[in-house]
Parts: sequence; C-alpha cells; structure tokens
Amino acid sequence: MFLQHLADGILSGAVVSLGAIGLSLTMKILRFANFSHSELLTWGAYSALIFLSFATSFGGMFDQNIGPFSFGVSLLISMVFACLVTFGIALFLHHFVFERLSRKAGHMTMVFASFGVALILRHLVVLIWGSDPIYFSNDLQFAVLLPGNIRVMPDQVFLLCLTIVVVVILHLFMTRTRTGIAMRGVSEIPDLARISGVNVRVIINCVWLIGASGAALGGVLYGLTVQLRPELGFGLILPLFAAAILGGAGSLYGAVIGGLIVGISENLSVMIIPTNYKPAVPFLLILAILYCRPQGLFGERPQ
Amino acid sequence: MIGIVSYLVFFLILSLIFGIAVLGLNLQWGYTGLFNAGVAGFVGIGAYTMAILTGPARDAVFGGFELPFVVGLLGAMIAAGLAALFVGLITLKLNHEYLAVSTFGIAVSIQLVFLNWEHLTGGTLGLISIPNPSKIWAEGPLAQNAIFLCIVLILGGIIFWALERIVKSPWGRTLKAIREDEMAATSLGKNPARIRLESFIIGCMIMGLSGALYVSFIGYVSPWDFLPILTFQIWTMLIVGGSANNRGAVLGALIVWSVWTSSGFIISRVIPSEIQAQGGAIQAILIGLVLVVTLLIRPRGLIGEQLHVSRHAQP
Repeated sequence: MFLQHLADGILSGAVVSLGAIGLSLTMKILRFANFSHSELLTWGAYSALIFLSFATSFGGMFDQNIGPFSFGVSLLISMVFACLVTFGIALFLHHFVFERLSRKAGHMTMVFASFGVALILRHLVVLIWGSDPIYFSNDLQFAVLLPGNIRVMPDQVFLLCLTIVVVVILHLFMTRTRTGIAMRGVSEIPDLARISGVNVRVIINCVWLIGASGAALGGVLYGLTVQLRPELGFGLILPLFAAAILGGAGSLYGAVIGGLIVGISENLSVMIIPTNYKPAVPFLLILAILYCRPQGLFGERPQ
Repeated sequence: MIGIVSYLVFFLILSLIFGIAVLGLNLQWGYTGLFNAGVAGFVGIGAYTMAILTGPARDAVFGGFELPFVVGLLGAMIAAGLAALFVGLITLKLNHEYLAVSTFGIAVSIQLVFLNWEHLTGGTLGLISIPNPSKIWAEGPLAQNAIFLCIVLILGGIIFWALERIVKSPWGRTLKAIREDEMAATSLGKNPARIRLESFIIGCMIMGLSGALYVSFIGYVSPWDFLPILTFQIWTMLIVGGSANNRGAVLGALIVWSVWTSSGFIISRVIPSEIQAQGGAIQAILIGLVLVVTLLIRPRGLIGEQLHVSRHAQP
C-alpha cells in the first residue's frame, strides 16, 4: 500500500507543482499572496472544455483517442487554448485590479482584492457551467500494473510526463534566455534590475504568462485525472500555498519539489490519520515550515 | 405592516450579530493590523460551544448540559479566546501574508473538525433545538424576536462601548503604534508580540460571542454555516464600512447584509427554482464585486479611520 500511496502522491503533487510555480513567482515578484491564483486552475480546466465542445461540433476529426489514453489531439490543442484564455484573465485582473491597487494602496489591499476576485471567478464558473461535476471523457480506462503492485492510469502517466516537460522548458527559459535571466534579476533585487535597463512591464507579463499557463495546465490535468468541479481550484488553495511556502517564494524548483512533498504527504497521511482530515495536512506543513525554516527549503535567508 | 416590521426585526438581529463579529475583526485588522483570514473558524467555535453548553442532552453526542444562556455566552467567548491563544502563539510572529495563509488554514481545519468529530459536533447533521432565551419571556415570533433584538442590542452596545474605550486607552494607542511602526514601538519599550496576542485574543472572543448569539437565535448549528464565505462576508463588511472605525464596522455590516439579503430575495423571485444554485452564485459574485469595487474607488471605506494628532504634539 505504501508504494501505491507514494505513486498517487507524486501524481497529485504534480498538479500542485504546476499551480504553485505561478503562485510562488507572484509572491516573489509582485509581492503579494494571491488567493485567486487557484481559481486560474479552475478557469484553465473549464476553458479547455469550451474548446473541446467546439472541436467535437466540427466533426470528430481530432477526437480519436491516442493509444491507451482517454483523450485525442483535440485535448492537446485545447490545453494551448486554455493557457491563452487563462493568461488573458490574469492580464485583465492585473491591469484592472492588482496594478491599480499596488499604485494606490498597500500590498495588503491586493490580498483583500484577491479574496474578492477569487469569489467572483469561482462563482462565475457555477453560473456558467453549474455546480455538478463534469468529465472530459466518459471512456473507461484500464489501470496499468507497474512493478511493486502499483496501479496507475495511462492518463496519469501522461500528467507526470507533461509536468516534467514543462519544468525542463521553464528551466531552460530561466537559465538560457535574456528574459529569463532578467526575471530572476527582478525577483532578487528589483531596483538594481530596473537601473540595469530591465523592462519591468515585460517581466510582469512574463510572470503572468508562466503563472497562468502553469495553472491552466494543472487545471486541465486535474480535470483529466479527477473531474471538473467549480471548487476544483478552491480546494487547492492550501496545497498551493503550502508548496510555494515550502519551496521558498520565487524558487521554481522549490515550487515543484514543494508540490511533490505536499502531494506525497497528503496521500501518505491517510495511513496514520483518518481520511476525512486529509485536507488539513497542507496547513500543518505550512505551520511546520514557517516555524522551522520561514524562508522555505530553497529560499535564501533574508539578510 | 406587521410583516415588514417583523422582517425588519429579523434583519436587524442577523446584521447586528454579524456586526459584532466585524467589531472583533476591526480590533484585529483595523487597529492592530493583524490579517485574520480565519474569522469563520472562531465564530464557529463560539457557536458550537454555545450549542454544547446550552443545548438539550442527546444520545451518543457529548454535551447538552442545558446550562443558562449567559453561561453559554461566557463559555463561547472563553473557548474562542483559548483557541485564539493557541493559534496566536504559533502564528502571530509571521508577517502579514503568512498570517493570512495560516489563519485561512486554521479555519479550514476547524471546519473539518466540526464536520468529522461526530461525538462532539454531531457531524454533518449538526446540533439542533438550541434554546432561544427569548422564548421564556414572550409568546409569538414577533415579540420573541423583539426581545432577542434587545438582547443583541444590549450586548452589541456593551461591546461597542468597551471597544471605543479600549482603543482610546493607552493600550489602544499602542496597538496603532505597532500597526504603523513596530520597530519604533519596540524602541519605546513596548512589547509588540504580547500586545498583538492580547488584541488577537480579544478580537476572537468577540467573534465567539457573535457565533453564540447566532446559534441561539437560529436554533441549530451545522458545519455548513462556517464555510470560508462567511469570512469573506465579514471582511467585506469591514472594508465597506471602513476599518479602524467601530461605527464603520457596524455600518458595513448593515449595508453588506442588506445587499446580500435583498439580492437573495430578488433572485429567488426572478430565477426559476431549478437553477437556484446559480442564484446563490450571483449573490456571491455581488459580494466579491462590492469588495473589489470598494477597494478600487474608496479604499478607506465609507467612514474610515479618523486621524488624530496627539494633544502633546500640538504647540
């Protein structure tokens, strides 16, 4: 059972990692705890649904399932669409809410506003799609038996591979491109980056592009392997914050590893505490890390 | 006419009960600058304590001591205060954002306890037939509600008066000093950690009182009454009314609760019953919009803090 819980933990942790990358970046570069970030996962998942229903109405050309998976090419295209829609929402919110507030008032006002924004985004989903769970596909899938008596769905293997690909691409972006290096510069010492000629506006757009795309992919993958619900993102608020805080705000690898730790400990916790209390595990992780190492596992000690 | 009066009494009772919770939050955020995102949890602790202390005895569930109303109120405040002491010792060292995240987590965990500790809380079914003290003194719903309104007015008035006294006292001025500049306050020999903890506990005790009044008025308690949306509502009341102003806190409670109930009323009339879930979503979107728009156009709230200059600083 231990190996099975571990495998489940890594799989659910991968979704958390994808979401936490963006949350961690906004905490570090835009300097506020964005409680509405998790709603971007919900919106990513549901906007993929919009695209899929269009794709089906154009004849099932791309709907053929690929190999053992429960989805076709149309889902892959819908992921790109979901990233774009979510990026659009994030930019809209940044421009009309967060940026205005950061100019006028303190950064805590942005946190309040993110509460309000989260409430609006979540209930817009209920308003448009209703509150019943939805599935991308009703096809039955057979679990694959791995060594160690671990059962996983083919879709879950895809989830893990895609997460790894995303992290590798982000790593290359952050270390090999000028924009990526500038972004790290802004997150370390914003003023120094600014006088070195870094265009902060471009960097902020990049933060939202990466954050929103990660959230959208996380949301679609959650929808694919679990289900789509309006509370999809809301239930992930604490896991996402736990991952970002565990990893240390602003650290890409920290967020990924933090996400995995959160997923694994949530799933292993059912071996020692009643399953009903599982949602409290990320919170206990937050308390533990803030107590022992407030800068996070990979964050730098403030000087 | 009777209908309108009795509805008005009902509306005032609920909005003033929320107003009491907003006053507690105002002490924490408005005067001390503590971001408590777990209001629903502390209101819930007060509510459940009241239900356990004053409710009727029942099989398989702990509690039901049938104690008097006043004992229930005090017990609720003490329970919420103890929870705040425990939580505060762990989290108050943290900066604003981390405090917000961890108090949010506390509310989620407290709600899980309400939901799952069936022996104490009755689980998903909650606890029912909590006595309402006004039923002893009067017959008929209108007279009973009028008496309950008086109870809420008296208790709310005492809290309001006490808070006004507290924030004008030297202790209250220290709160503001800590909020504005913690290092300066420390250099003047104040102990910010201790004063923050005191403010946090008093604020949470007031929230507990509000929860206790809520259950004895409604007559039952269930875990679904203390979802995070309650925290959002109470925060919106404070922001709309104006933080660091007790009058603003009460005004915000009245305004936001009237937006909530009147939008609920209109939606229930206009929208067919098959899609009532969507109707509830519209209410929540409205509250979110009220919060965001207030922050954008009037961040101080309707009546915000009145700035004072120390009389010693005047020439």
